[in-house]
Amino acid sequence: MRAFLSRFVRHRPAVLGLVILLMVTAFALLAPLIHPASPFGLVGRPFQPPFGEYLFGTDQLGRDLAAALLYGARTTLLIGLIATTIAVLVGVTIGGLAGYYGGRLDAALMRLTEIFQTIPFFLFAILLLAVLTPSIVNVIIAIAVVSWPPMARLVRGDFLAMRDREFVLACVSMGMSNARIILRHILPNTLSSIIVTASLMVATAILIESSLSFLGLSDPNVMSWGFIIGAGRTAIRTAWWVCAIPGIAILLTVMSINLVGEGLNDALNPRLRTL
Amino acid sequence: MTPEPDLLSIERLTVDLPSWADRRHAVEDVSLALRRNEILCVVGESGSGKSVMARSILRLSTSRHVQPSAGRILYAGEDLLEASAERMRALRGSRIAMIFQEPMTALNPVLTIGRQIEEAIAVHVKRSPRERRQQVLDMLAAVQLPDPERIHASYPHRISGGQRQRAMIAMALILEPDILIADEPTTALDVTTQAQVLALIREMQQKRRMAVLFITHDFGVVAEIADRIAVMQHGRLVEHGAAQDILERPQHAYTRSLLAAVPDLAPAPARHDFIGAATALKVSGLQKSYRGKGLFRAAARVVHAAKDVAVEIRRGETVGIVGESGSGKSTVARCIARLVEPDAGEIRVGEVDFGRLASRALRENRKRIQTVFQDPYGSLDPRQSVGSLIAEGPMIHGASAEAARRRALELLALVGLDARSADRFPHEFSGGQRQRIGLARALALDPDVLIADEPVSALDVSVQAQVLRLLAEIRERLGLSVLFITHDLRVAGQVCDSIAVMRHGEIVEFGRTETVFNAPSHPYTRTLFAAVPGRAWSQRRAAARESS
Repeated sequence: MRAFLSRFVRHRPAVLGLVILLMVTAFALLAPLIHPASPFGLVGRPFQPPFGEYLFGTDQLGRDLAAALLYGARTTLLIGLIATTIAVLVGVTIGGLAGYYGGRLDAALMRLTEIFQTIPFFLFAILLLAVLTPSIVNVIIAIAVVSWPPMARLVRGDFLAMRDREFVLACVSMGMSNARIILRHILPNTLSSIIVTASLMVATAILIESSLSFLGLSDPNVMSWGFIIGAGRTAIRTAWWVCAIPGIAILLTVMSINLVGEGLNDALNPRLRTL
Repeated sequence: MTPEPDLLSIERLTVDLPSWADRRHAVEDVSLALRRNEILCVVGESGSGKSVMARSILRLSTSRHVQPSAGRILYAGEDLLEASAERMRALRGSRIAMIFQEPMTALNPVLTIGRQIEEAIAVHVKRSPRERRQQVLDMLAAVQLPDPERIHASYPHRISGGQRQRAMIAMALILEPDILIADEPTTALDVTTQAQVLALIREMQQKRRMAVLFITHDFGVVAEIADRIAVMQHGRLVEHGAAQDILERPQHAYTRSLLAAVPDLAPAPARHDFIGAATALKVSGLQKSYRGKGLFRAAARVVHAAKDVAVEIRRGETVGIVGESGSGKSTVARCIARLVEPDAGEIRVGEVDFGRLASRALRENRKRIQTVFQDPYGSLDPRQSVGSLIAEGPMIHGASAEAARRRALELLALVGLDARSADRFPHEFSGGQRQRIGLARALALDPDVLIADEPVSALDVSVQAQVLRLLAEIRERLGLSVLFITHDLRVAGQVCDSIAVMRHGEIVEFGRTETVFNAPSHPYTRTLFAAVPGRAWSQRRAAARESS
């Protein structure tokens, strides 16, 4: 654990990413304390520029952008995390079963995965939301449904490689059950690549969520960064800040998650690094 | 015979290791001279710095952190460590050539053999394409490759390992270098192929009066081929001299211990005759074949890994299965342990019809057969502590955590490891220690039969001797019945009471160890024995020991 931390800390950009990410998380958690009123409340004249009466100004309806940003962070992070968790669970289960048992089960599960992979993922997400009606739960489902296939492929590959390793044969010859071999021996050994991929999936999930809300395909009753941009896009020439500020927030968050993911990769898979 | 002048001399060479390595120098203060028309063998265990030293001559460093820091390497009066990159390129291949351990990775898989060798010519000298082609064909014939035209047009994966190594040698020698550096060139080969390649290297060396620097860990190979020997340990040169002197009158304690660790090519004194002892394992009619997945069923290739194999082990007996790679010996072991499903055959462990068991009954009875695997690095789960690795087996079969832990500590003591080892992780142990842990894990379930699948092949010779001694001691103490799989006849002679020789999935000879060693009946067995490197040396040594 200490070796892991020291390797992670050695990766400077990752530390920077972690700091930004922690700040975003802190703001999201503390949103109701910093700004107790609803972010949908009208506070003043519309299109006030930033650094005036309100820190980030107001939007086309006269809502406080800073409040919208704070509450938007909650939605964005929450959707990113939950959608990724679901996608990881599905992906690991399908990939793990396919890789471990092989044969027909593998063929069937991989064909299923390929069906999902052949449909452009963003169009698929739009289609799902159009069918399911946009609500926060459905947004999460849509993102999870389009994100699990790469994870399934990765885990399948790792399981396949692990399956013929002698330590797994030793487990079999002890009389261990398949469930125990998978959960106690193979899974922990593939955990590092799962964690790394999952961290990058969170970033992708946030981007998908933002794009969906930009298109108006998200819950209209929940504030999110993509929603702010989508609502402000018609006024981009007169009031650039309505789009720019949440855009920068998305950029920073996604970048910081990517940096953390890279740092985790270097720290968890030290063998991949060259001397 | 007057000694030849030095062709290459290494003077006080030191090669640094990066700061995080466990020692400061890969090679430390080594001085060594290579003369024309001789084979100088550099022997050492893994980590002795022998390969790094050899690669320093051609300045082939694997890492920028591993660089020579002191000393000189003189070739024809020129210090190679000071030479320009351009000069080194001119020397490499043309004056000093090198061959490697694994010809499959040393050859480019997308170019034909002919193209690659022609390229070696084209880099250094101007010749017309026709001359180049003819020269390569002559060379391929000179290294005794059958049908040079065909080999010339073949891709590396289309020819066998031995042929690839011959092609590598042809490529190295095509420009008639003065010096050939051979880094473990026969280690990846089977014993019969190894014998042929060694003979070829010797022949080419004599014909061209070359100097050969031959890196190896195997004293059998050394005895077969060396004119002079240099022994390395921990990056230092501990002893060097004429081959006969070193082999017969080693001065340094390390050389002596290395030589003592090489098992004789003779059967150890028989322990018991096991006549009338109860049968621990009886295998009969075992069949297993692998079908290549061809696009069209008819074209699919069928490989018989086991054809009607029968083995019987009595209680307390050790039976060896000896064979070259691809002979099916490991498949047989895995079929018996039911890690691979056999196509047909009966496997009986004592009274249990082990081959017919399924699902739950099979899982419960798996403890009767336990395996010690070959790879000390791959056979232990890297994320489990050693204690829980060993305790896990008994716990699955119903022991309490407390009892399993006690048992694990007992077993660690039995295999000669500290009780504190239980809380450490596999990567903290050396290869030999890991094999001890693997043995402890296998013994934790009190198996009726222990399968040892090449348990010492990946180990250095001195560690190998320790592990074999431990295995023999534990076998005696616990009265274990062992199926011992190996490719090494020397090891088989030390450990086994009976030996089965396998070839192409069939047992061609089975008998008491001393019978197989002293009067082999099958021609293939005789070929195997004849191919063992350093056979004459081993026999002289055994005879000398007997007379003293």
